[in-house]
Amino acid sequence: MSNFKFKQRKRPISSVSYPVIGEAGNTGSWRIHRPVLNEKKCTAVKKNDLVCLLCWLYCPEACISKTVPPKIDYTYCKGCLVCVSNCPTGALTAIEESTFKEE
Amino acid sequence: MAKLLLNGNHAAANACKDVGVQVIAAYPITPQSPIVERLSRFVDDGKLNAEFVRVESEHSAITVCIAASTTGARVFTASSANGLCLMHEQLHWAAGSRLPIVLACANRAPAAPWNVWTDEQDSISQRDTGWVQLYCEDNQEIYDTIIQAYKLGEDPEIYAPVMVCFDGYILSHTMMPVETIDDSNLIKEFLPPYKPHTHLDPNDPCIVNLVTFPWIRHDPDKPGIEKMGAYPEFRYALQQSLLKVPEKFKKIDKEFGDKFGRYYGIYKEYLCDDAEFIIFGIGTLACEARISADLLRKQGFKVGLINLKLYRPFPRDDLIEFITKHPDIKGIIVFDRNLSYGYEGAVCTDLKSTLYSAHFDIPVHNYIAGIGGRNITAEQIASATKKSCEMILKGQIDKKPEWINIDMED
Repeated sequence: MSNFKFKQRKRPISSVSYPVIGEAGNTGSWRIHRPVLNEKKCTAVKKNDLVCLLCWLYCPEACISKTVPPKIDYTYCKGCLVCVSNCPTGALTAIEESTFKEE
Repeated sequence: MAKLLLNGNHAAANACKDVGVQVIAAYPITPQSPIVERLSRFVDDGKLNAEFVRVESEHSAITVCIAASTTGARVFTASSANGLCLMHEQLHWAAGSRLPIVLACANRAPAAPWNVWTDEQDSISQRDTGWVQLYCEDNQEIYDTIIQAYKLGEDPEIYAPVMVCFDGYILSHTMMPVETIDDSNLIKEFLPPYKPHTHLDPNDPCIVNLVTFPWIRHDPDKPGIEKMGAYPEFRYALQQSLLKVPEKFKKIDKEFGDKFGRYYGIYKEYLCDDAEFIIFGIGTLACEARISADLLRKQGFKVGLINLKLYRPFPRDDLIEFITKHPDIKGIIVFDRNLSYGYEGAVCTDLKSTLYSAHFDIPVHNYIAGIGGRNITAEQIASATKKSCEMILKGQIDKKPEWINIDMED
């Protein structure tokens, strides 16, 4: 997935796009709320195993890794908060993006 | 070769069978329905190995065609009037995607008021969608033009959808002898299998027709992406390809004629050699006007006729060449079975723009005739033409568009 390929030497007849990370640009800049993981409440962390991971499954942008703990790629997470609404333990919460501006 | 007695709809259906279309999706509407009824029978009888997709609207029909064409299938649809209007949004999509879909349009008046008879307003309203438009004057021409349309649209230099238009009822429901090409090898020699420009492959997935921006995309992570261009570049490429259509169609028509014995050209002329006045039009109205030209010749007016087959792209260069070769022309009389409401007939506007942009000082008069299927006789066309000839000879060159054979309340 990581290697970009633009195979045509000439301009294609109709516009085409291949699946690579970040094909739609820096979508992280769209975010108003940021999903933040509280590892203490995360089932996968508590069991130290690849369990639950509904956040990984439901993320429509494939921005959450299937790891312990699940990691969120904030460069491309556009803040839809589907992960927050699907987290069964409340480990993911939405925090206003403006509070991170000082970083 | 076989000679069959076919109406225009069935001529279109037989052409689709003979070129071996692979996907058909259409929604019934008068007067087009018999095309797809006959095609569904061909599929059912095993005479045509195609997928016949039943849909709930014309919008869905053309959408199925777009999807099927994207996978590389040869596809066909047909419509008329309000059905064609419902396709409008997806007609843009088909042209922008550069898909060689062929659509047969049995021309019919769009409502309101409700009317099922012939009128070119439906296809003329789709003029600016980027489709090629070819108009026919008899059933043999419908059969031949559908075969030519696939050859034209599938050409790698063109890759554009083609609308084959013919007047509802006058052609769609009138039986004529039509010579069909039964030898599938002969057809394949003329029309090889369609080679799509974009390959859809699950092992190498891609998105087709993603959003493109007003600007050209640059991305250091994606070297070469700037080569793709953006929306204006794709639209420019569509226009450039369409501008090649007149020359390409002439070659295809010649190849077709050499093989099958019938030539059409991008326009058909009649008695033009010494003509001082030209009757100009598309479809059956211009066909009828051959008799009008004969009538006027007997009365001493040197009248000829141009029946335009290729309406979009408008064959500007060819018409300029025609006018240059015919310096005797004193006036052109355009008969339009369509109207750009609030101005004049669409064909008239296009012809004027061609003439005057090339600095030909030739008066053009416009008659709106046969709207909503109103019967127009050769005598009525002759009498209107005569009126314009006399006006132009007297130096009265400016004339507003006039409706003929209509009960006007002034």
